[in-house]
This record gives sequence, C-alpha cells and structure tokens, in this order.
Amino acid sequence: MKKQINRLEHDARLNRRKSIRFWFDNRVYEGYEGDTLASALLANGVHLVGRSFKYHRPRGIYTAGSEEPNALVQLEEKAYTEPNRRATEVEIYEGLIAHSQNCWPSCRLDFGIVNSWFSRILPAGFYYKTFMWPASFWMTYEKYIRKAAGLGRSPTEPDPHFYDKTHAHCDVLVIGGGPAGIQAAIASGQTGCRVILADEKSEFGGMLLSENILINGIPCHEWIESRIAKLKAMSNVVLLNRTTVTGYYDYNFLVANQRVSEHLGPRISVNSPKERLWKIRAKQVVMATGAIERPLVFADNDRPGIMLAGAIRTYINRYSTLPGKNCVVLTNNDSAYHAALDIADEDGQVSIIDIRTSPSGAMVDSAVSRGIRILANSTITGVGYSRGQLRYLEVMELSENGLEVVGKKQKLPCDLVGISGGWNPTIHLFSQSRGKLRFDETHHCFLADQPSQNNPVILAGSCQATWFSKECMEEGHAAGCKAARRAGFNADQEFDGVKTGQLEYSPQRPLWVLPTSHPIGQGKTRHFHELHNDATIGDIHLAVREGYESVEHLKRYTTTGMGTDQGKTSNLNALTALSEIRNLSVPDLGVTTFRPPYTPLTMGSIVGHDCGELFVQKRKTPMHPWHDQAHAVYEDVGDWKRPRYFSLGNETMHAAVQRECRQVRQTGGLLDASTLGKIDLQGKDTRWLLNMLYTNAWDKLEIGRCRYGLMLNEHGMIFDDGVTTRIGENHYHMTTTTGGAARVMNWIEEWLQTEWPNLEVYATSVTEQWAVASLSGPKAAEVLRELTDIPLDEESFPFMSMRNGQVADIPARVFRISFTGELSYEINVPARYGLALWEQLMETGRKFDICPYGTESMHVLRAEKGFIIVGQDTDGTVTPMDLGMDWIVSRKKQDFLGKRSFDRTDTSRPGRKQLVGLLTEDPEFVLPEGAHVVSELKSSPPMDMLGHITSSYRSPNAGRSIAMALLKDGFNRKGQTLNVPIMNGTSQRVTVTDPVFLTGND
Amino acid sequence: MLLIKCPWCGYRDQSEFSAQGEAHIERPENPHDLDEEQWGDYLFFRKNPKGVHYERWVHVHGCRRWFNVIRNTATDHIHATYRPGDPIPALSDEETDQPA
Ligand SMILES: [Zn+2]
Repeated sequence: MKKQINRLEHDARLNRRKSIRFWFDNRVYEGYEGDTLASALLANGVHLVGRSFKYHRPRGIYTAGSEEPNALVQLEEKAYTEPNRRATEVEIYEGLIAHSQNCWPSCRLDFGIVNSWFSRILPAGFYYKTFMWPASFWMTYEKYIRKAAGLGRSPTEPDPHFYDKTHAHCDVLVIGGGPAGIQAAIASGQTGCRVILADEKSEFGGMLLSENILINGIPCHEWIESRIAKLKAMSNVVLLNRTTVTGYYDYNFLVANQRVSEHLGPRISVNSPKERLWKIRAKQVVMATGAIERPLVFADNDRPGIMLAGAIRTYINRYSTLPGKNCVVLTNNDSAYHAALDIADEDGQVSIIDIRTSPSGAMVDSAVSRGIRILANSTITGVGYSRGQLRYLEVMELSENGLEVVGKKQKLPCDLVGISGGWNPTIHLFSQSRGKLRFDETHHCFLADQPSQNNPVILAGSCQATWFSKECMEEGHAAGCKAARRAGFNADQEFDGVKTGQLEYSPQRPLWVLPTSHPIGQGKTRHFHELHNDATIGDIHLAVREGYESVEHLKRYTTTGMGTDQGKTSNLNALTALSEIRNLSVPDLGVTTFRPPYTPLTMGSIVGHDCGELFVQKRKTPMHPWHDQAHAVYEDVGDWKRPRYFSLGNETMHAAVQRECRQVRQTGGLLDASTLGKIDLQGKDTRWLLNMLYTNAWDKLEIGRCRYGLMLNEHGMIFDDGVTTRIGENHYHMTTTTGGAARVMNWIEEWLQTEWPNLEVYATSVTEQWAVASLSGPKAAEVLRELTDIPLDEESFPFMSMRNGQVADIPARVFRISFTGELSYEINVPARYGLALWEQLMETGRKFDICPYGTESMHVLRAEKGFIIVGQDTDGTVTPMDLGMDWIVSRKKQDFLGKRSFDRTDTSRPGRKQLVGLLTEDPEFVLPEGAHVVSELKSSPPMDMLGHITSSYRSPNAGRSIAMALLKDGFNRKGQTLNVPIMNGTSQRVTVTDPVFLTGND
Repeated sequence: MLLIKCPWCGYRDQSEFSAQGEAHIERPENPHDLDEEQWGDYLFFRKNPKGVHYERWVHVHGCRRWFNVIRNTATDHIHATYRPGDPIPALSDEETDQPA
C-alpha cells in the first residue's frame, strides 16, 4: 500500500484515529474517516480518475463538491453498483470499491483515446447530424457510438436497498448550512418556530469548513461546532445533513433527498433506508445556498492536476491534503490569493499568475509579504502533462485587450494548478421557484431578481454575492428573523455580531476565455469550457458559424450544460464566450431556466416504497382465497384481480374457456361478479335523476323490478351501462361496469353537487359492501332452490326482478338478470359472507355438474348472444343507435343527458360506424381484435378502411368463430363479403351478419 | 405542487384534488331550444386564457366535494376558492390584469 504522500500534519475535519481502506481501480488505498473518495485519492497522489465522455481524454478531480464535472466513478459492484457518482461527494467507508468510468481497458491506457485523434469526425452537433442521416445509418453506428461515448453502467441486478419517503411541514426551511444558513436557523429557531436546516454535505459549515480564519478569536471550525451545538439543543429545529434540496416548486413545496446510510457502506446499510425523499411544505424559505467558483478557460485546461482554487482550499483545510508540491494559482480576482496563502502556510511551493494588468490591494500585499511570486498580466498558454501527472506550464504575457498573448514563452514546473474566475451565486432553486434572474455587471454573474411566489423566498449570504463570512452571518440572522416574523413569530433579537478580520478585495478582471499562441479552436490544444460533455470554445465558434447562435440552440448543439452536473461550472463561461463571438452583452443573450433536480436523484429515491408488491394495490373479492385454490388465472380489471379462467390440470386457456362456455349452457356455471360497480341511490328525486342519467324511461319501474340502462355523456356517446333495480319507494340499487364504477360515481356526484344541488338524492358507493355470485345456466334454479326459501317459479320471480331472502342461511338480494342469455341469478350478500356463499353454491352445484367460470368465458358467452361490453365494443364515439339499440332510447322523454346531441349533424348522419357481426370464411379462424376491415384487398396500404373488429372469439356453442365489428354503414352491409388483412400478410374473407350468434332463453 | 384551500377542509396538497376544467358552464334549461352552434358552444368551447381562469376542482381524495377556483394560469397563483352557488369573489383590477 502506498503512503498518503499528500497528507498534511493537521487533523482538519478528519478522524485521524480511524483509518479506512478502500479500492479504486483494483488498487487498495488508505484514507481517514471524514474523507471523500476524492480527498483520499488526492492524499494518495492520484489525480487521474477517469476518461472524458467524448474524446476519452484523461481527467482528474476538478472540484470538492456537487458541481464536479469530471470525477465520476462507478461505485461498488454487482447489485450495489451505482454509475456516475461524484468522487467529491462519496464518503469513504471500510471496503469501498470504486472504478473509473468510460475507460477501456483501463484508465491509464484507454483505446477510446482514438476518439480524440479522430475528433474531426466527432464535432459539435455530431449527434444531431447523425440523426439526420438516413435512419439505417444510425442503426449501424449506434453500437459504436454507445460504446465509445458514455458514462457508467446501470446495475443489472435488483437493488437490495430500500428507500423511504416522508412529508414534512415547517415554518422556516433554511437551505444551506454555511455561515448564513446556520445563523438564519438560529435566529428563526430562537423564536420557537419549526425550523428545518438542510445541507448537502456530511457536515454543516459550508465554506467555513474550507477556511482557516478566526471568528471572534476562535478557529472557524470550532465556531461552527458551537453554533451547531446550539441548534441541536433546540427541539423545534430539525437538522438534516447529507440532504440536498433538489427541487423548489409552487407554494413553497420543496423536495429534498437525504442520503441516510450510504456513508456506512452498502452491506451495513441494508437494514435502514439508503435514502429518504423529503417532501417539504414550508411557510417560509431561506436560501443560503452559497456560490460555486467559476473556472478560467485556457489551452488544455482539462488536464488532471488542474482544479478550482477554492477546491484546493477545501482539500487543505477540511481534508488535510495538499495535492501537489509545485503549485500555481491562475486567477482574475483576489479570492484565489487565499488558496496561495493556504498552500504557503503548508510549506508548499506556490506562484500566482494573475491575468490582471497590475494587481494591487490588501490581498496582493499579503501574498507579496509571504514571498509568493506573482506573474501579473500573464496567462497559461499550454500544459505539459504525461503519465497521469501535470509536469509544467507554458506562460506568456497578455496583450493590452487580453485577447492575445505577446512576448516570450516561459516554462514553469508545476504539478497542481488552482484556477479562479470569481464566484457564481447558486441561484438554481430560486430560478426553479419561477423567480426572475438578472445579470449583475459588478459581480459578473446572475443574481436573484424578482421572486414570484406569494411567500417569497429570502436570500442570504454568497448566493446573493455577499462574499465575506461576517456579512453572510449578518444577512443570515436578518433572513432568519424576517422568515420567523412572516410565519407569525416574534423575532426581534439583535445579532451579537462577529469579528473575522477578512481583507477587502480589489475588482476582478472580466476575462475568462484566455488566449494562447494560436487562435482558439485551431491547432492541437483545446479550450474546454464544459468538461462533463467535452465541449470546447471551438465548438461554440462552430455552432455560431452553422447558425445555432441562440442560447437554447447553442446548448443543444454543443451539449453544454446537459451533463449530469447541469453545467454548474460551465454555463456562464459558455454564455460569455457566445457573447464575445456575437458581440452582444450576456443579458441580451438571455439565460436558460434552471430545472429540477439540482443534483441527480436516484430512481430508488423517487420510487421509495412504491415498488414490487406495493407498486399497485390489488383489489381482491371475498371469494379470492377459493379462486386461488381452484387454480384461477387472473386478469387485471382496473385494480381488481378477476379470475379469467379456472385451469383444470394442464388445460390451456383456450381449452378451459371452451369447456367453461359449453358447461354453462349445458348445466350451469358460477361467476364471481363482486367487482361490478354498485351504487346505492336514495331520496325522493332519485327517479328524476335516473331519467336524466339513462336513455330509457324509469317512471313505471315497480318496486322489486330491474331495468337495463345505457348512460351517455352530453355528446350522446355511451360511457357506461348496467342494471338498476328499485328496492323501495325512493331507493334504487344501480350497477355499473367494473372499470367504470368510480367514473359513474363521480358523474352522478358532479351533477348533484354543481347543476342540481336542490335534488334530494344520496348516492353511496357500495361496491365493496356486496359480494356477488352469478349463477347461470339451465340448472341454475335447481341449484338455488336447494339453498333458498325464495320461490323461484316464473310467476313469483320473473325475469328482470329482485327478491330478498335467505340463500345458504345468509341474508341476500337475488336479482334475476342475465349476461349470458341463460337463466341467471345474481346473488348479492354482505361482503363478509361472500366466501361462505360461494363455497355453498359450489358444494351444492357439484351435484348438478356446474363449474366456476371466469371473465374470458363470460366475454364469449355474452358475445354469443350479441350483448355489448362498454369500452370494448364501444370507444366513446358510439351512440345507442350505432349499436342498433334504438329500442332503449325513450322517444317520450323531453330531456336526458346526451339527448340533444342526437340531432347534431355528425351524430345523426347516415353511414356512421355501426355494430355488426362477422362470420369468417374459415369457421375455425379467430380474427384478431383490433384488425381492420376493408372492402377490397390491395397489395399495400392505403386500403379503404371500413372499421375494426371489437370482439372476436371461438364460440363452442356456435361451433365456430364469431366476431363483432364497428363498420361504416354497417347495418346496410349485412350479407356483404368483406376482407380482414392479418398482420402476417394473409387475409380472411368475412360475411357481415347480425351480432347475435345464438338465440333463446333469458 | 399547488396548495389549494378546499372550502370545506381547508388547505391541502394539490395531489388530493382533481381539476375538472372551466367553471360556471351552466347546462341549458331546454337543450332542444338551442341551435347547433349554441349547443356546440356548450359542448366543446372552453376558455383557455393566459391569466385569470375560473375553474372547477374536486377534492377527490378528501371530502369529494366540487368547488370553484380562481387561478392565474400563467403564474399558478390562486386568488380564491368558493363553493358552488356562492357568489363569485371579486378580484381587484390589479389581480385581473395580471397575466404575467
Ligand atoms: Zn375537502
């Protein structure tokens, strides 16, 4: 094992007593508790951690946070594996395994580097151009492209972890636990209001963790600890570390993802949720989200060993790691001088290349006094890199306007470069909340302008370009008080103030794209403004040349900002480059809107517990246990599990259905009809309502009698059907289709509540309250007679009537209605007796040779009689007349829902699609449902399509195949011979008939 | 996600509700007195403003009551909610002119 060659003396935020072993690319390394994968690798001298997306260029660690565009790794293996994890965010644990991505055969020797040599064939817009080739080309190249350009691999095994979700409400949500956020949480927490403080890092402290300043005379890390202790003592404050607020939606609804147990390692954490998704409704929101450092773009700026200056500070002060010996800081502003000073404090060699013409001020003075060499008005024009290490820099002086270099090239030995182009406030969430942004000419960045929500978000700290900790804390305190006050709490404490002694900054030079000895985009060097997706300043020039000059076009053409980092470090530099090329100001170009999530979410976190058994709830009837034992094969009808058929022995579905259908007509069968929608209607105006809901007349329906009805929408189209029975003077029992139950219930409620609120009607869904066994067939009465006291003779219990009584000693409502055309009794009992009823009926029925049957047989049996199924033989464009059901439409009623639409031109025109039967020339051929019917077969489409098959079965009782179809002018086509082209290229001749294939019985 | 005040239950998450389209479309008293165009208007034509919209919602996973919402379709700002049959709350001129 190698020594941690870059590890410093001090502990920083690490637990030096606990060392941790981990594997990266099959080598074992050692780090400490508190390290990220990135800090531990850098401590071990490892800069090269992966290959780039498109050109397979060697890449290193670029940042120390969630903005990382480069150091993406494949974390863990097999079922535990996760692609595209940022090494800068992954905390190490004993036994961690990570691999670099996008390298083959290895990170050090990668054959994909040929992409880089052949970069002329992979220019910007490559994917779009490829898609514009003939589609067949894409099919050919897809494999190559997918292998060559890409990121990590998704796991192929099920995720062994589970994920949690929670809903939370609070008075004040503080996003970001840096100096401003901590102070905001304390200020609002002190008022007693409910506070949530969320921070994406493992520890609170934000930027202060990357610093070594004194606050009120004590080291800033100790100051953080005292503040957090204060917050922990408040029972009204919830502290969520490792929690990224990823989305900011309407009415202060925010989504945050908490990484609960990942840092313990996957094998330990299987017993607690890996992540938890928080859905937070906050009365007030304080954003203290900080800022992200802006890079400078120069020739070959993507080499490993080049990172943000602030990241170097983080590695030194938080992770006790100085990832180089010969360091250079390249900057256009004062903040990066801190990095140089920190390096010098650790006895590292450091010089500063300042692109400003004559840098001066307090920061410069303190660097000079430490003996740090400053090369003013200069830039890096080339980078020497070999075998995983930065070797030297080429440095030249800038011309007056900064667009060219002049003078002699000098070589500077170097193994670490810190770059800084200033800071960008992290206003992603503000933009997500529909807040408007403005470009600030002083700070050269976008700032929050107009918030849009009713309870507008309050900003504090460096997310609004306040750079010094002292001011950040003051703003945080004020924001916390303001939020608490707005939430209705008394907040008038003064801020006791802090002293930090930070030095003033001089202005930065507004220059980010730095020249080299040849024009940008030419020669061998590349200026990468976008490291994640390998997009260069040259690509921006190309995009503009080819006409893709608007921001939105540029983004898609060059793929800038479209990586998993969403361009956190690249968007503004792309905009700046575009503005220079087009000679427009940045605000004139416009800005793209930030979209959630701020950082990627795992699918597991989004799904939570809603997977596997809990993905969709299953509705089961009371008879379900019996069906299970009888080898029922189920069909999903809505959420219901309905037996489709009962398989005897090794019976196929076809054989079972043929047997069940024959048996129902020979002796009898029993169907579980419990899923049918049932609505109890009571009140003196119920009859009036039924007259409006159904097409037929309900005035003369006597108590104890049933009637079938079609329900139409106002367009005159059928949307449900069912039998409704009059139970008492003002009491009705309505049934609906299984799938339409909720729809019909809502339909009735909406009319009652909004249009006819004066009606006295009470509608109650009783679908779940009744279990229903439908006994059907010639022996139905004989079976039932053995179990009931209800007289079953024709006179006392005629067709379409209902009787109350006992069935198998269970109180029951028995309806004599039929969907099979056979003598049928639908026996309704309270749901808890459903299984007992079913068992008794089957027991008694065995003597008469009756069988259980499922929905598939039910479909065949009803089709044999020409009964329709709403939603199968109708599709929302079918009127009762289209089905030949004129008989059910009352001519006398003044009005019912949908009636007026019968007179619409289109509804009343002749030649509409109408329901007919079809008989195939080959009686054993079963037409596919959905197939088209044409008059004349042609060798290729288009053919004149007359309509389609809605139902099609092999009918054992008709001894042949039968089908129903909706055909243009169908009623007038009876007797015609038409054709049905089949998918396999054959076709079937069919004769148009009535849709009734068997006659007789109920 | 919107926060909607059900006139019966108070403030609840949008996920408890279902939007039902434009509000205050009365069913004609005598549909057969309407000509084809008038009936077509009732059936098919709906407002689609960028700005203030009067719409019908139902608290479907709650009290199952229908009610009306005045919502700005551009900003998603909800000006008021009220029960069916209640007078329509008046908006200030500023609110009405706020298409954004
Ligand atoms: Zn409600």
